[in-house]
Amino acid sequence: MAAGNFEKYKSDGSLAGNALEWVDARFPATSLWKGHLSEYYAPKNFNFWYFFGSLALLVLVIQIVTGIFLVMHYKPDAALNANGVPIAFASVEYIMRDVAGGWLIRYMHSTGASAFFIVVYLHMFRGLLYGSYRKPRELTWLFGVGIFLVLMGEAFFGYLLPWGQMSVWGAQVIVNLFSAIPVIGPDLSLIIRGDFVVGDATLNRFFSFHVIAFPLVLIGLVAAHVLALHETGSNNPDGVEIKANIGADGHPVDGIPFHPYYTVKDIVGVIVFLMVFSAVMFWAPEGGGYFLETPNFYPADPLKTPPHIAPVWYFTPFYSILRAVTFPLFGLDAKFWGVVAMGASVVIFAFLPWLDRSPVKSIRYRGPIYKTLLSIFVVVFIVLGYLGTLSPSPIGELVSQICSVFYFGFFLAMPWWSRMDKFKPVPDRVTFK
Amino acid sequence: MKKFLIALLFAPIMAFASGSTAHIDKWPGSVSDKAALQNGAKLFVNYCLNCHGASYMRYKNLVDLGLTEQQVKENLMFTSDKIGELMRVAARSDEQKLWFGATPPDLTIVARARGEAGNAGAGADWLYTYLRSFYRDENRPTGWNNTVFENVGMPHILYGLQGQQVMNHETHKLELAVPGSMPPAEFDKSVSDLVGFMVWMGEPQQEYRRTLGWFVLAFLAVLFVVAYALKKEYWKDIH
Repeated sequence: MAAGNFEKYKSDGSLAGNALEWVDARFPATSLWKGHLSEYYAPKNFNFWYFFGSLALLVLVIQIVTGIFLVMHYKPDAALNANGVPIAFASVEYIMRDVAGGWLIRYMHSTGASAFFIVVYLHMFRGLLYGSYRKPRELTWLFGVGIFLVLMGEAFFGYLLPWGQMSVWGAQVIVNLFSAIPVIGPDLSLIIRGDFVVGDATLNRFFSFHVIAFPLVLIGLVAAHVLALHETGSNNPDGVEIKANIGADGHPVDGIPFHPYYTVKDIVGVIVFLMVFSAVMFWAPEGGGYFLETPNFYPADPLKTPPHIAPVWYFTPFYSILRAVTFPLFGLDAKFWGVVAMGASVVIFAFLPWLDRSPVKSIRYRGPIYKTLLSIFVVVFIVLGYLGTLSPSPIGELVSQICSVFYFGFFLAMPWWSRMDKFKPVPDRVTFK
Repeated sequence: MKKFLIALLFAPIMAFASGSTAHIDKWPGSVSDKAALQNGAKLFVNYCLNCHGASYMRYKNLVDLGLTEQQVKENLMFTSDKIGELMRVAARSDEQKLWFGATPPDLTIVARARGEAGNAGAGADWLYTYLRSFYRDENRPTGWNNTVFENVGMPHILYGLQGQQVMNHETHKLELAVPGSMPPAEFDKSVSDLVGFMVWMGEPQQEYRRTLGWFVLAFLAVLFVVAYALKKEYWKDIH
């Protein structure tokens, strides 16, 4: 079903037809259109959870377009202006006040950042529900994990740019984590910052990463993610391979062309999403202090540490795991192992295709063990996220340690518990109501 | 099972839902009250702008409060003669640091910056309480202290209006010892207007933003109906 197996367009003699034939002889236009849209057969039983892939693409476009316009007035400069305010910080307020429509573009971008993670987390959860990462879609999943990692970097670099208190101190804390790595750590964090403290050099290189390097990698990975998906075909809520049932016309019996069926359906999803997005953007752009943190309305002050430094909400589950490690091991201090645990808690998703040994893909045909453990995993993830927004406390530490143990246990013991469940028979065809 | 999960989810939230410091009054004002905002602007340029800048804000944006450029020039501009200029402070920040121990912060977005994380919008309440909570304290170099912001460097700039409060060390409450030029209710109203101005100044287009939201949502609602009907039409043969 990959692009390239389609016949080239033959003109009907009209001007437009001739033009398309001319293009098709030189570029796989018809092939791409058919292979990825009008003759890409997707299972007909996609449900609610299948909206978030196309929504993630939409948010990526929103971020790129609004980002382009923000860069027109944003200035990555930590020097102080005539009023004693860092130029970067003042330029953001300039966009909010003096640039026509600037406030709207900026709120789109800041709301878009949080929306990106909400959509991506739900998209990943869909994978867990229906076993989308299982054979033969391991590479699609790996590209997806890559996207998630790059997205975290992109968000981290972008958060420094407004040059508020939380921007700078958050970056200071995170970059300092790298110094915990033995031998190379201190030099590594120095190289990342470009200075001994988070300063102008850091701001400029983070700006470069945020607007050039990481978006390029992100777009490349998204293309690879979609190409890999279209090579194997999409999974579905039943976890049934629709290619196993090919009809007389040579297409999967349970498949329907992505275009027009899923384009019109995804448009409905896009509109509902935009309604929620707009409600936040127009009526609560600060997201209750979670999307735009209040301390970030103070310009960066390298001499004044905020009483409580918390990363933005989408990093807090992993930040909690970092803080949960409070004991040294093998002569290396707790901070190092915290960094290792935090890194592992993100990267461990990449191993899911090989950790899951259940004979069925979809949660619909899995038993109580998976349903229970997955439910607890979701709760644990949310609790870790919540604890990560709070100041450290003895109770919080204990709860986050228990949650972290469960978090890793969920993945590491999966090869055993995923086999033990009571499974239901998987139907030959997808179910569709 | 579901109950257990919900309990598990809320357990840590319950454990941490505690720990507030000084009592914070609710700001009674509104950013849509133009007369109050104009009064707030007057108080702001007369009392605050001497030491604090509002350096992201231009004088010309004050016309959005229902004033003409001429009115702004004649009544609200003391340190500048160009309507397009930023509302800068005349004093130099390094000198101010010597006088007060800290440079008075810029106030353009102070209403957005104040208030705890996770409690956006609380800045107005904090400011409203803070500005009414100064009391005499001979141990402080300025002679003033504040129950909301302990050992604050700022003296009570509005004392001529409010009068002088003292701390009753038995009840731990503030009492008005020397009345000012305004009765307490009038003073509260003035502070409310001043806070309203600072809330407005934090994001001058905020009312427009909220209104625009309704139009966008209405447009999307209409679009939803059309898109949903289109989807239904296309999918009617899929079984």
